[in-house]
Amino acid sequence: MLAVYASSALFVLIVAGLFAELFSGSWLAMRTFGPSFLWTSHWNPVTNHFGALPLIYGTVVSSAIGILLAGVIGIFAAAYLADFANRFLAQPLTFMIEMLAAVPSVVFGLWGLFVLAPIMRNYVDPFLQAKFGFLPIFQGTIYGTSLLTAGVILAIMIVPTVTAISRDVIKAIPNDLREASASLGATRWETMWKVVLPAARAGIFGALILALGRALGETIAVTMVIGNRPAIAVSLFAPAYSLPSVIANEFTEATADVYLSALIELGLVLFVVSMIVNGLARFLTLTVLRPAGSR
Amino acid sequence: MQPVEPPDAIASLDANLVVDNLSALYGKRLALEGVNLAFPSKAITALIGPSGCGKTTLLRCLNRIHETANLGTVSGRVLLDGQDIYAPEVNPVAVRRRVGMVFQRANPFPTMTIRENVVSGLRFAVGVRSPQHLNEAAERVLRLAFLWDEVKDKLNRPGVSISGGQQQRLCIARALASDPDVLLMDEATSALDPIATAQIEELMVSLAGRYTIVAVTHNMQQAARVSEYTALLLAAEDRVGRLVEFGDTQQMFTKPKDRRTEDYITGRFG
Amino acid sequence: MAGRRLKSAFGVVVAATCSGIAASTLLIIFGYVVVQGISAINLPFLLEVPRPVGVTGGGVANGIVGSLLIVGIAGILATPVGVLTGIFLALFGRGALAEGIRFLADVLAGVPSIAIGLFAYTLFVAPFRHFSGLSASVAFAILMLPIIIRTAEEAIRSVPSTVREGALALGMSVYSATVKVILPAARPAIVTGLLLAIARVTGETAPLLFTAFGSQFWELNPNNPMAELALQVFTYAISPYDDWHRQAWAGALVLISVVFLINFFARFALRTRFS
Repeated sequence: MLAVYASSALFVLIVAGLFAELFSGSWLAMRTFGPSFLWTSHWNPVTNHFGALPLIYGTVVSSAIGILLAGVIGIFAAAYLADFANRFLAQPLTFMIEMLAAVPSVVFGLWGLFVLAPIMRNYVDPFLQAKFGFLPIFQGTIYGTSLLTAGVILAIMIVPTVTAISRDVIKAIPNDLREASASLGATRWETMWKVVLPAARAGIFGALILALGRALGETIAVTMVIGNRPAIAVSLFAPAYSLPSVIANEFTEATADVYLSALIELGLVLFVVSMIVNGLARFLTLTVLRPAGSR
Repeated sequence: MQPVEPPDAIASLDANLVVDNLSALYGKRLALEGVNLAFPSKAITALIGPSGCGKTTLLRCLNRIHETANLGTVSGRVLLDGQDIYAPEVNPVAVRRRVGMVFQRANPFPTMTIRENVVSGLRFAVGVRSPQHLNEAAERVLRLAFLWDEVKDKLNRPGVSISGGQQQRLCIARALASDPDVLLMDEATSALDPIATAQIEELMVSLAGRYTIVAVTHNMQQAARVSEYTALLLAAEDRVGRLVEFGDTQQMFTKPKDRRTEDYITGRFG
Repeated sequence: MAGRRLKSAFGVVVAATCSGIAASTLLIIFGYVVVQGISAINLPFLLEVPRPVGVTGGGVANGIVGSLLIVGIAGILATPVGVLTGIFLALFGRGALAEGIRFLADVLAGVPSIAIGLFAYTLFVAPFRHFSGLSASVAFAILMLPIIIRTAEEAIRSVPSTVREGALALGMSVYSATVKVILPAARPAIVTGLLLAIARVTGETAPLLFTAFGSQFWELNPNNPMAELALQVFTYAISPYDDWHRQAWAGALVLISVVFLINFFARFALRTRFS
């Protein structure tokens, strides 16, 4: 019994230690750059001047693209798997989407680098530029490895999260709602669109937030396709950088103490943001999936 | 600990298990109120009543398993050989070793063999280690439960591999292994076919001379067949269960004292 | 009415297409890895260590062994802590402390692996001034913990309450009932969680960059920098050499096959149900 208590205490200690270590590791950078670290945009290892804004921008924009694409596809897919598909279709499809979540991120990165990036460069980006080139986000030189490519890879990686949790949430909506809607003469689609999805709103939002958390922290696959350039560009076709990618690429090369500390501060930012995002997602999905009083 | 005298009204019976003004709650909902009852020693007492009357809750208060369920609480006293099992200094775990229980559905432990199931209480609750002692105990209680001849050649097979009736007798044997004073049976035959039910009833009658048995049943014929005493519980409009009548089974079924008992029995039989 | 029916049918088709897109992405990616990987995979790839930069040939045997060691040690570190904490949650499920730990486990599951890699670095690399396989194992163990904790808790809870009550009714303490009766019954589901955790970290790369670091040589001492398959795939993929790209695909095939096999095994072979 002692071991049970000790393990639980150790687990709490690990999480606390995680925060404490990252915090103390970032102390030097925090003291040197202050809070403006987060909103200045020079990331220059040569002069040892570090501002994280371009990295934050790259992280946020690539994740936003990922959430947008994965949100639309994932929610529709979840609606289909939960309410429309028969078992013989739903089971294998659900299984395949679950297995997509198991694919190692380095494999996504490899595929993104050698297959997706050329497709984006040769077909998708030129097409977007031709059709929607009047928008600033679709202007400029096409590189292949870019914010947009990173966003698409992220979308593929998080679509299983959106789908699986939204599906659970939709399934948890009581059937009498559907029956009431059907008895009023609503079609299957109207029932889904006007009754079920609105009822599942909070949980689906939670699924999106959870997926956002995964996207913000994804390192390897993004590193391989985002282009790794610490600059803010309006165009989605331009190379960019993300918080985790910078840590991955530069950590072992960082020689100056303040450089190392700045990278650890990026890790701290990621840690704190992911705690907040996941805490929020947990709150939203649990209120739907676990009715009050059941535990 | 000072033995407590049973309440006057029921002191006349030779009872080793006495319930004194017992109420049971689930959270804030009262399920059972003000029960006073003495279970005669080494006899079978049947608890009958319609579903929701609190008979199972009453049974679950007698070995303090009620409080292990979500939000279950109890007030009042239950005296086992004159000692209140709800006294603050009493360990509920120790109570359960003296008050065995058999459940509605046979619940052999899924990963254990027949032999391991039978001696699991001895090993993990009482702390008996000696294999010889455990094997002897296993044979003794399996014989008591009329199961020995059927399983003696497959003691190392999983407990869940035998038939439902055999599993239930296995669970009875398991409860008897730590030598309790009282055996509680919660509709122990309700999931069984008539032949298996008859075997369990026969077993109950044979055990009655050794143990104080309290058996919840929804089957009044069964109560009439096996029990010497019967207690009827009913829930009024407020859905709180209360004791209506307790007495000799023969007398209860033929000349009930309470009007409600007569209605219940005749309604059911009629 | 006909218009509404048509609209409904159209909506269902769109939804079906979306789930088709999501599912077929798996096939496309897996198909690519198989096609590219099969042509590059051969016996030397699986049995040899890497050749020097620019020299064709060689393999990832040291990375495969490194992965086994690093993941194995991580599993040994994480399993007892995870399962025991899971028992704690199952036993004290309603308390504030348990809710707090459950919250921590849920949010830790979403903390980026690279942040956990940094933690392992500051704890086990910086003080000793050298990279090590062991520090990678620590990072992986922390990544595994939330999965093991939550599946262990769920596994223990999913054991029917009749089994739990049966044990308590025999006079077992809550602890003996849990350890002697409930835990054995929950074991298949706990092992499933363990395998899923192993599959999760087997595909993980980010924390390795500054813990295991990688190695060109045979390295069986976990106190030294170590090769790891996923890390090798990453390094080879971003290198400028065609032969290394070829090896990256082959490595990806090995990696994805192992991860899928563990997933299959966890999901199907160990699936148990209570009646």
